[in-house]
Amino acid sequence: MRNTWQARWGLTIAGWTVALLMFFPILWMFVTSFKTEITAVATPPALVFRPTLGNYAAVLERADYLAFAKNSLVVSLGSTLLALLLGVPAAYSMAFFPTRATRGILLWMLSTKMLPAVGVLVPIYLLWRDLGLLDTVFGLVLIDSISVLPIVVWMLFSFFREVPAVILEASRMDGATPTEELTHVLLPLSTPGIASTALLSIILCWNEAFWSLNLTTVKAATLTAFTASFASPEGLFWAKLSAASTLSIAPILIFGWISQRQMARGLSFGAVK
Amino acid sequence: MTGTRAAKRLRHLYPGLLLAPSVATLFLWMIAPLVMTLWFSLERYNLLSPGKRTFAGLENYRYLLANRALWVAMGNTLLLVGWVLAITLVFGTLFTVLLDRDFPGRNLCRLLVIAPFFVMPTVSALVWKNMLMNPVFGLCAWITRSLGLGTVEFFSHLPLFAIALIVAWEWTPFAVLILLPALQSLNPELKEAARLDGAGPVALFYHLELPHLLRPLAVVAMIEMIFLLSLFAEIYVTTGGGPGLASTNLAYLIFRDALLGWDVGRASAGGVLAILLANIVSLFLMRVVGRNLEESR
Repeated sequence: MRNTWQARWGLTIAGWTVALLMFFPILWMFVTSFKTEITAVATPPALVFRPTLGNYAAVLERADYLAFAKNSLVVSLGSTLLALLLGVPAAYSMAFFPTRATRGILLWMLSTKMLPAVGVLVPIYLLWRDLGLLDTVFGLVLIDSISVLPIVVWMLFSFFREVPAVILEASRMDGATPTEELTHVLLPLSTPGIASTALLSIILCWNEAFWSLNLTTVKAATLTAFTASFASPEGLFWAKLSAASTLSIAPILIFGWISQRQMARGLSFGAVK
Repeated sequence: MTGTRAAKRLRHLYPGLLLAPSVATLFLWMIAPLVMTLWFSLERYNLLSPGKRTFAGLENYRYLLANRALWVAMGNTLLLVGWVLAITLVFGTLFTVLLDRDFPGRNLCRLLVIAPFFVMPTVSALVWKNMLMNPVFGLCAWITRSLGLGTVEFFSHLPLFAIALIVAWEWTPFAVLILLPALQSLNPELKEAARLDGAGPVALFYHLELPHLLRPLAVVAMIEMIFLLSLFAEIYVTTGGGPGLASTNLAYLIFRDALLGWDVGRASAGGVLAILLANIVSLFLMRVVGRNLEESR
């Protein structure tokens, strides 16, 4: 008996050590956001200090922080909405009216994700420049929605397939048109699945860095681009960087924790249920 | 009569109509930039002298392939992918097995472990670069100095490895995120039976859990590869590809040619090479995922 008791203690200590080590950078950033700039760079690191909200006030006072946050919000919500508008009908069609081509189409959609963004950076940059989409929120929405579309379709497809086809057939017998079948029967039944798909898409678009760094400068720049501007700092900036970072990641971290299971499923393209 | 026939035909076409917008969008997205990249890569085309746009044949490719920078960048790309994959798969598996066991607070521990995956890449890179890896004020430097080991100048002496560490910190949680549900789907009776037969934790892991995790591990590896092959933001905010070319990967090289050098032709040729590299990797991924799709039927 003593052996298992010891094993349990060992397990608990090991588990918590791993968890705290992995989480430590985030925790340290959070703690630093309440320090003054001077205590933030103190060696040895200050563990006891008088917390201040000054960094948050300083970050929020900068008018541009809120503008960047607004861009992030609009881009991630807009892209998600657009991707769902395109993806829901496609997933419905493939889940309930499968043809011989369905499997091929699904795999082909996934294969578009393999195209590395850098490979098409040049043409997209020039196209966006010629279409006047550089540094516009709409331009970023367009590109983000296309890049999450395959994942959205895959995830919706796997959720829709869990809805028993019998229910849809019954409504069809009652004379429902396919559109009614989709909006009145399928969508209400799969609300949780659609919600977690949307959540995943919001997270991916919120954290997207490649396109927002390359296609935006000031007007449409998102929080990823804003935090990147701390890469060339002036003077002491760790505490403010920490405050800005904490504000930028908090909502997404919570979303991620809520939808972790569904994320596993969406990101592994159905390999994990 | 004709009315119902028309309705029937419409009903027949309807699934296709629903599918068409997505397929068309993705098709356009795939084909148009691809053709443009290929076309530009065969041209002498610099945005700084837009009047002199001429056909160049394979000149850009010849230039790139003869240039040391491309090979260094290729090597760095593969090294980064290799290191990050090795760290994330090993630690991801170990953490998963650990977090699958029953101990007080394990649900909270799971949340803490997967958290780094949700942090935007620019934030994680900057927090690591400044607060943890800074050679003067950073926490790592303070710890190694206190132990009398001196300081490691991560970004000037080991830039590529430092970036690999940061990226591995971001992606190990991804491995746990995918592997944990997979491990939990392992039949508990199977484990119980093995334990009754006298299998210790190591034997249990080696003969039961690891074989069960092989398929999801392959999926994790492939998905990570897609993202890691075009790793960009972490390099952009930490080293800017330097010192010299020490931490320049293919993605960063193309960015440098395109948006800093404005050389459309050369950047496009680099883009084509990046696409080729990604395609080799994706061939494997498609086979694994395709097999999963078949089995779930």
